Amino acid sequence: MLSIKNLHASIEGTPILRGINLEVKAGEVHAIMGPNGSGKSTLASVLAGREEYEVTEGEVFFQGKELLSLSPEDRAREGVFLAFQYPIEIPGVSTTNFLRTALNQVREYRGQEPLDAVKFLSLMKEKMALVEIDQKLLSRSLNEGFSGGEKKRNEIFQMAMLNPVLSILDETDSGLDIDALRIVSNGVNKLKSDTTATIVVTHYQRLLDYIIPDFVHVLYKGRIVKSGKKELALELEEKGYDWIKEEVDSTATV
Amino acid sequence: MSTLTQHESVLGLFEAAPATFLSLRQLGKESFYAQGMPALKAEEYKFTPLAKKLESSLTEFHPAQRVEISTEQVKSAVFPNFKGVVLVFSNGHFIAHLSTTTEGLTINLLSEIENTPLGSIAKPDKDPFTALNQATFTDGLHLSIENKKSIESPILLLQFHQAQGGQVISPRIWIEAGDFSKATFIDYHISVDAAPYFVNKVVEIKGGVHANISYHSLQEESNQVIEVSNLVTDIYQDAQFNSTQITLSGDMVRNNLTLNLLGSNSVGNMNGLYLLQGKSHVDNHTNVDHTIPHAESNELYKGILADQSRGVFNGKIFVRQIAQKTNAFQQNNNILLSEDAIINTKPQLEIWADDVKCSHGCTVGQLDEEALFYLQARGIDKITAKGLLLYAFAGEVLDKIEEDSLRNYIVNQIQNRLGSNF
Repeated sequence: MLSIKNLHASIEGTPILRGINLEVKAGEVHAIMGPNGSGKSTLASVLAGREEYEVTEGEVFFQGKELLSLSPEDRAREGVFLAFQYPIEIPGVSTTNFLRTALNQVREYRGQEPLDAVKFLSLMKEKMALVEIDQKLLSRSLNEGFSGGEKKRNEIFQMAMLNPVLSILDETDSGLDIDALRIVSNGVNKLKSDTTATIVVTHYQRLLDYIIPDFVHVLYKGRIVKSGKKELALELEEKGYDWIKEEVDSTATV
Repeated sequence: MSTLTQHESVLGLFEAAPATFLSLRQLGKESFYAQGMPALKAEEYKFTPLAKKLESSLTEFHPAQRVEISTEQVKSAVFPNFKGVVLVFSNGHFIAHLSTTTEGLTINLLSEIENTPLGSIAKPDKDPFTALNQATFTDGLHLSIENKKSIESPILLLQFHQAQGGQVISPRIWIEAGDFSKATFIDYHISVDAAPYFVNKVVEIKGGVHANISYHSLQEESNQVIEVSNLVTDIYQDAQFNSTQITLSGDMVRNNLTLNLLGSNSVGNMNGLYLLQGKSHVDNHTNVDHTIPHAESNELYKGILADQSRGVFNGKIFVRQIAQKTNAFQQNNNILLSEDAIINTKPQLEIWADDVKCSHGCTVGQLDEEALFYLQARGIDKITAKGLLLYAFAGEVLDKIEEDSLRNYIVNQIQNRLGSNF
């Protein structure tokens, strides 16, 4: 489904990603872990099409299409969804309103009829239950004055509405208390299927207790330096990242 | 020295003035000569060089005559779902047979009423264009609302403007809202064609005790139009004045809005929105005078500027020494969509009382790129996303318009523009 080959990216001339290789297949959950500043969020941003990052080398194929040549909106329409680490507050735009515009543009791209108000509302009700979010919250200005947990639940709600093929969760666990973490993870788990895939970007292992990964990758200095099964996450939780840093840094000097 | 700054060009206007209100006109003329056309460096007009603009754009400095307006033109100009009184004007001349009225509203030509204290609210010595209007207006309308009469349906002033050779249109309106009365006015300027002209308008409003007056102005004229509007309001105890100034086009537009709070517990809410493109230049000067204790004023002006457009906002709040317990708030926010767009914004607070709550703030920024990316990342194309954000920005002002037909009309006009490549 997703194939990242030797991806290099920099911001304002500073290289952040230095050769990422990653294969994600339908039905899989991949966790990207790593110490602060290793490039985890950059990878998520580059995949979603954030313009500040310049891709200097490499290729990304998503369902056979060259992802990097698509605009951010076309990536979303193709089925890539980024749950933001810091969801944006937009005064004057309600979630309901903007999401209806978004959903209908996505549907148009996929050759589907737009949803009328009634169908949109019933779809909303169904997906709201998934993340236990209140309709009142959704008619307010987008994320304005929302708690950290409400913002993250809103992200997963939007994901449920847009029904993506590949979901990228960027530090979705940050700022969540244990109840919100459970609700958000439940939502993500219910949306998983054999035809979709999930990339979970996280610093800590605790989210992975709820969203069980098939593969865990450790990102350090812009490269994937270690890959393994879910047990790798537990090992990292126990031992921290220092042993990996040492391992990598010593080989680098040899 | 240009001819205009020597005032020779305006002689034609003085000569053409009708033989009515002679002493009033004489006062206006003297006051105009005393002030002159604002010079290039004149503080009040320093960002808006009207004298220069008039000189380069107006070929004929004569009053524009009344032009035939058809019922079809009126019909198509009235907002969808509008239900209320329609007063039709052609180049500032009232057209009675196309107009309607309602109970509690008395409509007269200014020339039909004796002793209207014209110039007592919009004083000619405060502004040269007010003086010029006082000296040269042809006729105008006197509108009065009976005491205790609440007119629920809005009163639409449909001002058709059309001039062939860049002539001058000098509308003049006097509104008297009686004690405990209520009325909503919508002042709508329409260009019949794209020929240039100069509108020099003066509106005086007197709001009695506990009166509630709303005055909404919508400027949606051709991009050849030069316009100066002076709207001056006096309100008394417990009275409320609400205004909205929406400007969507024009060559050079200057709106002077003055509110004199003359009775305790009076409230003024003044809002504005300017949505500019091309080379439009729009200048909003507001002036609130707190002359008594316990009054309140709120101002919110917002601007979106594209291309090489230019905006000016100057918000003066004057709190006199006696005006304790004043609440005065002012906000001006701007989004610049191009590197060539310019905004000059200046709050001007003069506070002589010591027990007051006053605040002001202004912002100038670009469209929020993070918000734009967020919307795009959800599948919304860039132009629509931009439109959503700009519309949300403007919405704060539009939401304050209570008259649905007007608000819906403006929303529609703006969405058409913001949803395109604005």
